Amino acid sequence: MIQNNSSLITLKNAGLFRSGRWLVRGVNLTVNSGEILTLIGPNGSGKSTTAKMAIGVSKPDEGTAHKRQGLKISYLPQRIFIDWTLPIKVNRFMNLTGQVRRKEADEALSLTGAIHLAKSDVRTLSGGEFQRVLMARAIARKPELIVLDEPVQGVDFNGEIEIYELIRNIRDELKCGVLLISHDLHVVMAATDRVICLNGHVCCYGTPMSVANSKEYKVLFGARAVSGLALYQHRHDHEHLTDGTVQSKDGTIDDDCSSDHGNQPHIYKHSFEYNRTDNHDG
Amino acid sequence: MMDDFFIRALIAGTGVALVAGPLGCYVVWRRLAYFGDTLSCAALLGVALALLFEINTTLAVFSVSVFISMALLLLQRRVNLSSDALLGLLAHSALAIGMVALSFMTWVRVDLMGFLFGDILAVTPFDIAIIWGGGAFVLIVLVISWHSLFAATVNVEIAQAEGMRPEQANIVLMLLMAVVIAISMKIVGVLLITSMLIFPAAIARRFATGPEHMAVLAAIVGILVVFGGMFGSLHWDTPSGPSIVVAASVFFIITAIPATSFQMIKNSSIEKNDT
Repeated sequence: MIQNNSSLITLKNAGLFRSGRWLVRGVNLTVNSGEILTLIGPNGSGKSTTAKMAIGVSKPDEGTAHKRQGLKISYLPQRIFIDWTLPIKVNRFMNLTGQVRRKEADEALSLTGAIHLAKSDVRTLSGGEFQRVLMARAIARKPELIVLDEPVQGVDFNGEIEIYELIRNIRDELKCGVLLISHDLHVVMAATDRVICLNGHVCCYGTPMSVANSKEYKVLFGARAVSGLALYQHRHDHEHLTDGTVQSKDGTIDDDCSSDHGNQPHIYKHSFEYNRTDNHDG
Repeated sequence: MMDDFFIRALIAGTGVALVAGPLGCYVVWRRLAYFGDTLSCAALLGVALALLFEINTTLAVFSVSVFISMALLLLQRRVNLSSDALLGLLAHSALAIGMVALSFMTWVRVDLMGFLFGDILAVTPFDIAIIWGGGAFVLIVLVISWHSLFAATVNVEIAQAEGMRPEQANIVLMLLMAVVIAISMKIVGVLLITSMLIFPAAIARRFATGPEHMAVLAAIVGILVVFGGMFGSLHWDTPSGPSIVVAASVFFIITAIPATSFQMIKNSSIEKNDT
């Protein structure tokens, strides 16, 4: 990937080692201003870990993580637990890590459809409501980079579409970079510029739009393509077993997955004109 | 007319309550009650060391508390044990070493009860100076670092990602707790120090609408509790340290009864009247 002045965060061959195993290894990624990068992959594939390394919450044990000096980040973690003894209203929560003007906070809450919750206690919100408040807080900060770890959890389907559209609008308005995490292998929003698929390592990356515009895609998902959601089908041809070995689709077990990619060049070398569904059966 | 020592006791108690309340909110929010207990056990080791080396007790208690806090941070990284087990190990080691050290010093006659339950009626003007000086220091640091401390309490990862330095905030909090333990030891004693941190915050929680509101309320509640306990001990001639804690418990129980229970009692009596 090309590193230029607009790159906000960069991971080079980064890996995180915990309790005797690599959670994720050999990750290269760059997020540029005005670009949405989506990380997808199954549970435990290292998506959150990768994002945390990229924004400096975890320090990589291998490789490097670089963040632009003074980069203003808004982070929405996957889970937030607020102790029951802590009284905090949405209005106060909006100012958690920095003072936000009241007008901007209200605008952001209106955007995410949570303005009616402004005076509510955070602990009484439902999962979906809290997600909208978290999103509003992230926007109100006017960040240069937003990192969203599964932002549609607990949100109903219509809300899900709204939130994805909102993310796109925010990117257009703030010209910020977006790092989005989704465990859903099938639904990745249309505005995603690039997708990185993780499964303990980078399995593949490419542009979902080229996928969405392809004939096969329209045949498969024509009706939904109009709704503003792109669908990006993805199948893994191998599985990482707990002991670190790799089981191919045909049942053979190998020490690593490089052989599974068959006679294709290694997957990091895929170009941006990646325009087919990722089904590298080799 | 009240006696001088009683007024001094009230001034000292108020000073402790003013800092213990706001700091206690963090103890409650972050579930650090057991950490507070560990530091107070360590305080006894501090007392022993102070007697051994003939240094100022408050300073010795503070140093030992800081040492124990840092030991905890180190052990959490190195040893595969849960925090509460580590705290138990540290607390009882410190307590036992303190007692053994005291027993060696046959030349010192120690009023152990005074250390365990406090001796608020014996505070000197110098003690008051230490309490208010140390208390002012804690409050200033708390106000300056309030934002990052609070952000780190709500969510460490958000705080870290958005540039609030949560590790630094954690160390600041530990140091402040060590100061508060050291200055409040004389008021309620080693065994009851944590109650000055937890009770006011727990009571304030019920009426607070926001974190800052809760901190201010906790300080006020702390002062009320100190006054209640002191006048109670004067009236019934009871030991003052434990009396303060008894006042706090009574206060807590009254405020913990939900408003609906009063309603129910009322309603049931009305029903009885009907039948």
